[in-house]
Amino acid sequence: MDFSFYFDLPLWLRLVLQGTAVILVLFPIAAACSMAERKISAWLQGRPGPNRTLPPLLAWVPGIWVLQKLGIFQLAADGGKFVFKEDPVPGHVNKLYFIAAPILAMIPALTTVVVVPFGAYLDSAGKIVPLVLANVDIGLLAVFAVSSLGVYAVILAGWASNSKYPFLGGVRASAQLISYELSMTLSVLPVFLWINAPGGQGTLSLFDVVQFQSQPGFWGGAWFVFTMPLSAFIFLVALFAETNRQPFDMPESESDLVGGFHTEYGAFKWSLFFVAEYCHMVIGSAVFILLFFGGWNPLPWVTLTDTVQALAHIIPVATHPLFMGILGISIFLVKICFSIFFFMWVRWTLPRFRYDQVMNIGWKQLLPLSIANLIAYTIGIALLQK
Amino acid sequence: MAVIQVERKPLSLLERTYIPQIVGGLRTTLRHFFKPNVTLQYPEQRPEISKNYRGVPTLVMDPNGREKCVSCQLCEFVCPPKAIRITPGEIAADSPNAHVEKAPQAFDIDMLRCIYCGLCQEVCPEEAIWLQNQFSMSGYTRAEMVNNKAKLYELGGTLPDPHLKWDHKKAAAEHGNGH
Repeated sequence: MDFSFYFDLPLWLRLVLQGTAVILVLFPIAAACSMAERKISAWLQGRPGPNRTLPPLLAWVPGIWVLQKLGIFQLAADGGKFVFKEDPVPGHVNKLYFIAAPILAMIPALTTVVVVPFGAYLDSAGKIVPLVLANVDIGLLAVFAVSSLGVYAVILAGWASNSKYPFLGGVRASAQLISYELSMTLSVLPVFLWINAPGGQGTLSLFDVVQFQSQPGFWGGAWFVFTMPLSAFIFLVALFAETNRQPFDMPESESDLVGGFHTEYGAFKWSLFFVAEYCHMVIGSAVFILLFFGGWNPLPWVTLTDTVQALAHIIPVATHPLFMGILGISIFLVKICFSIFFFMWVRWTLPRFRYDQVMNIGWKQLLPLSIANLIAYTIGIALLQK
Repeated sequence: MAVIQVERKPLSLLERTYIPQIVGGLRTTLRHFFKPNVTLQYPEQRPEISKNYRGVPTLVMDPNGREKCVSCQLCEFVCPPKAIRITPGEIAADSPNAHVEKAPQAFDIDMLRCIYCGLCQEVCPEEAIWLQNQFSMSGYTRAEMVNNKAKLYELGGTLPDPHLKWDHKKAAAEHGNGH
């Protein structure tokens, strides 16, 4: 098969096609996450979870019960309900900002994916090329800059709702997100200090991080989780806080703030917040995997290129860009799925933190720890790369 | 009372990071993840109901298939929410049960009123009304929620009770009472 016609298309058309494809993939993934959340929650609690819904029109299809037991139709029914039910706007809210907030929540959630590479392939010259919408050098900076805009949606929603619980939820959310962003950013600095050796060309690209973890040799092939476990741990904890997951679910706090910042929301607008939250989770997991878990490399010290070249002895098409791209994306998606499972697993393991505990952990423990970590690695890297 | 001083050991550094505890918790939850579910798929699978359960009140027959109720109306009078309505009736002279006092012509229990208190069962001199193990009553209309006599016997079934009081009474009368 020849796919060169695709690369002959004008650039803007290719970008539009790729962008649409990413949204069409990311949106259902975020939706599927909500069902995964319900199913995994159920399994962890010894329940079967949603397993009843089945459209009567499809009941004759053999084997459809598998999808029924997995709750796929429940997901479709719930999603469809959000589109068709009445979308109330309470009388006491600030209408413009109330409507703008869920849109503002979606924009950063879908924008950050642009700079996240999700696979790679070897072109005809044998050079490895990332599968990414915008292979820009500021990669990680763009992710941090855009994803932190998500906090505005939460504040805006809390404030525009013009009632107590959403307001408290919005205030808590903004404090929490801003506190943990510091530790998160500081925790990834050692990675980039290590990559950007003096004399070389500086980069913040996530693709280069993965390439750095795909080098030959014992130290070259080691994922950063092995060389920088503390950074990985701090990043993971901050990621839980940034994505409002338990045990850091202060913005929602169902037990003490009704629904937190989205108490006054319903129907489609609420579902946008919901999808945005899962998009943040997916993108956050993706960045975490790219930084610390070798991206699309199947195993530590085993790179995607090695795998494909080994496979080429058995299946000759293995080095084809299409095969390699799909293989890389699949490996990456499997890692993301495991990461999302981990999010849900932790949710049902740890009790929630109290609000002051969240602030204490963020400012008094995680931040000093990440600063100490940064200083230690800075000295170490300075000595190693002299 | 003796006071026992518990020595509080300071937490070690590892314990203060919570990480061993978190890992232990994750292991516990993962074990539950692979355990079989405990859920009963309700409408298809029914729970085991105890014999002592007091569910929907029903009317029962004796082993000979005679309705035990003699429509004395004690249950109707004792019923706190007035859920029972009985229309007493005579038994035809040619019936094999003619020796029994009476039988209900109609017997309605309004399940929208019933409070499952069991006073009807307690007061019944004939042991004809029993709260049995049916625990779910539902219907689409108010009329559906009123159990009539046929429905009550259908729910109640037969009580395997060997006393057969009325047959003994009849036999005694035939032998001139007192033997």
